[in-house]
Amino acid sequence: MIATARLVAGKDLRIEWRSRVLLWQVVPFGVMALVLSGLALGPTRAGHSSAGPGLFYLVVLLVTLLAINRSQAIERTPGTRASVATLGLDPGGVFLGKALALAVELWVIGAVLLAGTVLFLHTALSGSLEAVPSLVLTLAALAAAGTLYGALTGEGAAPTTLLPVLALPGFAPLLIAGERSFSAALAGGSPWEWWVITLVALVAYLAVGVLLYGVLEES
Amino acid sequence: MTAPPVAELEEAVVLTGGFPVLAGVTLRLEPATLTVIVGANGAGKTSLLRLLGGLDPLSRGRGVVAGVDLAHGDRRVLRRRVGWLGHEGSFYDDLSVEENLHFACRALNRPFTDVAPALARVGLAERSRTTTRRLSAGQRRRLALAWLLVRRPEIWLLDEPYASLDDAGRALLDELLVDVVAAGATVVASAHDPLRTTQTRRTLTLAGGRVVAAS
Repeated sequence: MIATARLVAGKDLRIEWRSRVLLWQVVPFGVMALVLSGLALGPTRAGHSSAGPGLFYLVVLLVTLLAINRSQAIERTPGTRASVATLGLDPGGVFLGKALALAVELWVIGAVLLAGTVLFLHTALSGSLEAVPSLVLTLAALAAAGTLYGALTGEGAAPTTLLPVLALPGFAPLLIAGERSFSAALAGGSPWEWWVITLVALVAYLAVGVLLYGVLEES
Repeated sequence: MTAPPVAELEEAVVLTGGFPVLAGVTLRLEPATLTVIVGANGAGKTSLLRLLGGLDPLSRGRGVVAGVDLAHGDRRVLRRRVGWLGHEGSFYDDLSVEENLHFACRALNRPFTDVAPALARVGLAERSRTTTRRLSAGQRRRLALAWLLVRRPEIWLLDEPYASLDDAGRALLDELLVDVVAAGATVVASAHDPLRTTQTRRTLTLAGGRVVAAS
């Protein structure tokens, strides 16, 4: 399973490196969304508003949905699905590999967006840096959940529009925990309880994904 | 002693959205043979190939392929033993020719040394570092054949194998079919046009999801 996960993650990341879809399309979209959020708050209020973490995670949600669709689209061509199916890859390994690759992509995008939050929403640099561990954990959980929901919607007639509807209820606890954790870091408080929630969700999504990904692929 | 059949279907039905794309197919495929499936569009040729490859589930009837029960067995086990050549693109477009084949080798624990001879055989040695997206339709077809050569499956399932191939490509495919059947593999190919290979073969005619003639 681990060997399959490494193989699939390496393949997905190589494809992303070649196509640069996330770099030239998703990242600029996220940065523009942050700029618009800053404009909506206004130049005087942005630095003093408590809305920064919430707006940051709203943008993270949007780019995560785009990244999940991209991750699933790689496998969606009927011919590719059939050819790869005949390789008999372990479905648990495929899930872990795709989730890992998505997590790496989201970490890179998240780092850019966090810098954008400091620049455009004027969140404190030190507090933003303290939020990095919770961001890493939240994005990993979003990647695991997103890979699962992506497989669930992948065979539908309109997967790109079905995904947000199905995924949002699952993502909500993660986004709230991430936002609370970021706010706590900015206020100098303790984010531990939010980290625990996110960690439990990450482990749960990984376990469910390893167990059910094959069933979702078959269905 | 006679070798057991590679595939045996009895009144096999496959439903897609409630519609029977295969409506009771009975057939038997012997090892190291070439079987050609002919029929009009929508006759069920691709559906039959997908069923034989474990890519689609059996809805009703009975079927055993390569020792795997299609109704109750693990179809993943069967899939590892078949090679699929579909008429859509079969690869990751943003990987190079060589990277696609390396992916297959790593997935199957095969050495990378199998890749260069396979590419040379299909005439793509010069394009090994080309991104798959930049290949022509015929070259992609050749890459699909190289993928099968690297895989060396027991059962070759070829859906419209001549599509997009020029004369040289068709001749290459004919040669390959002769070689793989001689090596003991079983080949099942769907075709609109008759296959040009001189290989001894059986022809099944499909219409409305059923075998209506066999020769």
